[in-house]
Amino acid sequence: MNTSDSEADSYNERSALVECESPTIPSYNQDHDMSLPQETDTKRRRPVSSGLDEPGPVERERASTPDGEEEELTLKYGAKHVIMLFIPVTLCMVVVVATIKSVSFYTEKTSQRLIYTPFEEDPNSVGQRLLYSLLNTMVMISVIVVMTIILVVLYKYRCYKFIHGWLILSSLMLLFWFSFMYLGEVFKTYNVAMDYPTLAMIIWNFGVVGMICIHWKGPLRLQQAYLIVISALMALIFIKYLPEWSAWVILGAISIYDLIAVLCPKGPLRMLVETAQERNEPIFPALIYSSAMVWMVGMADSSNPDSADERLRNEGGALAQEGVESEDDAAQGGRRRCSAEEDLEEDRGVKLGLGDFIFYSVLVGKAAATGGDWNTTLACFVAILIGLCLTLLLLAIFKKALPALPISITFGLVFYFSTDNLVRPFMDSLAAHQYYI
Amino acid sequence: MTVAVFFGCTFIAFGPAVALFVFTIARDPLRVIFLIAGAFFWLVSLLLSSLVWFITVQISNKNSATQQTGLLIFGVVLSVLLQEAFRYGYYRLLKKANEGLLALSQEDTMPISIRQLAYVSGLGFGFMSGAFSVVNILSDSLGPGTVGIHGDPQHYFISSAFMTLAIILLHMFWGVVFFESCERQRWWALGAVVISHLVVSCVTFVNPHYQGSLIPTYIILSIMAAWAYLCAGGSLRNLKLCLTCKDKDFLLANHRPR
Repeated sequence: MNTSDSEADSYNERSALVECESPTIPSYNQDHDMSLPQETDTKRRRPVSSGLDEPGPVERERASTPDGEEEELTLKYGAKHVIMLFIPVTLCMVVVVATIKSVSFYTEKTSQRLIYTPFEEDPNSVGQRLLYSLLNTMVMISVIVVMTIILVVLYKYRCYKFIHGWLILSSLMLLFWFSFMYLGEVFKTYNVAMDYPTLAMIIWNFGVVGMICIHWKGPLRLQQAYLIVISALMALIFIKYLPEWSAWVILGAISIYDLIAVLCPKGPLRMLVETAQERNEPIFPALIYSSAMVWMVGMADSSNPDSADERLRNEGGALAQEGVESEDDAAQGGRRRCSAEEDLEEDRGVKLGLGDFIFYSVLVGKAAATGGDWNTTLACFVAILIGLCLTLLLLAIFKKALPALPISITFGLVFYFSTDNLVRPFMDSLAAHQYYI
Repeated sequence: MTVAVFFGCTFIAFGPAVALFVFTIARDPLRVIFLIAGAFFWLVSLLLSSLVWFITVQISNKNSATQQTGLLIFGVVLSVLLQEAFRYGYYRLLKKANEGLLALSQEDTMPISIRQLAYVSGLGFGFMSGAFSVVNILSDSLGPGTVGIHGDPQHYFISSAFMTLAIILLHMFWGVVFFESCERQRWWALGAVVISHLVVSCVTFVNPHYQGSLIPTYIILSIMAAWAYLCAGGSLRNLKLCLTCKDKDFLLANHRPR
């Protein structure tokens, strides 16, 4: 099966940790009518500056609070946001590992390949295999670079409709075609008898609700769930169709590319970030997972938090277009607002590109697929989480756009190969004798 | 039958640890992060000890079974020592991080106390250690098979589960006692922790004579539990008050919302 180009775009996302940059309230209200075209360009997966600190207006207001409290709050919010990213990353990995371990379809190797990895690896010759995997990687990375550059160019020249259409096409494919395939394989594995009309209804509902949630408005949790599901589906496709060695080399190469693209001054992703910041456009929800963000217009009278919450919920309906809302953050914000008596207040959130989810899950899924060893999978899982934690720590220190792939993937790869080759024989020998360490 | 064994052994091995996690750690994101970092440190120590073991195996005589067993025993001892070394390393790292955070926040109290860190890091070590010991065995218990068909012990799964439970809880207690002894500079206590870990590991060399390994392990577990309880500030009086539910005011007065 040769996948189409639209699929390439949806997994073209590079990862980056993105701060919930809050455009100021006036611009949001003005742009409310134009939210759709705005959304299109915000839907572009962009690594925008990430950071856990506050933008200008709120900083001034916060100057009144003592520094210690601010640091304390920053630390608490930092930890909270790390956990808010841990949970979806863990869920995505759990879905992928559960599928890999139960549905054998995704571990069966076929002769079909993606058009992006045209060279077929010959398992007999090590040298040729290595060479072909390097060539496959180069093809894949160049495809991704070209796509990203086209993206940046389109965004710079404001071809929002084109980008919008491209994204809709790719999410249509993911939500309908890939989930149909997935469901078919699950039914085959568990020998469930299913008729086509029922299946059509299920897939139709799933897909349409997904399109609405991701591209338009929807409850935050549902949108997050859909983003996790499409990342898992994409990761499963990669695990199935990427050749063995190519997959590992691609993972390494992608992290290096991510590092370059986000940090170099002329990197395409950095240019995308800067253009978005210049235009002061809100970050789009469709291809970036956001943990939580809520907009609140402050009230002069802070004595009735109930009406504040209600207003937040109403605004949440409008804000859901941004796709991010968290009611308890709203309540928290309400309390803070009451204490600080500020006009404008917003809560922080952290955003993670869907490409991060996909490649983390590819790594853990491949660890689960090769061999029956659960120790390797666990080790990769912990390594990736620690890498994410370190990346978020760097984010809090440097307060700018950061690539989320390099550290985690490096740790993941190191731990995969070392656990598979060194720890596995050791633990197997210990288990055979029932020695405990 | 196999599913029953799987679930039974999983709950035996991980039940108390997961309960501890859910009730005491899951709510506080900072604790979760330190738990995962503790698990990571354990993993790195295991990696290093496996590396050394692997190298020694490669340069040894692969055909001699006694030599291989000897190397395995050496690997176990080395692994225990490395785990404790990494626990100490984690303690130093946490102290430094805490001091840094304290300096930054200019407050009197740290967001998380060193005792909580001791508990959390011990549990992190325990989770990872238990998971690595038992997860493969649990997944095998699901599959088709007969236990002990070649004359091997029948109670492999359940004894593994109980041993894992003991190890997880022991790691937690060792963490608490270890950090406390580092704080108070009581090096004999540190040595006692290391020696008890070595004893627990070496006692498993008599497996499959489970009465020889499980009973001493559980005795050491109870001793360490009592010691950790005393280190954490408990006493007989506290226990009595707690059990007779007379300590409400005491608890409320000392409750610190975090």
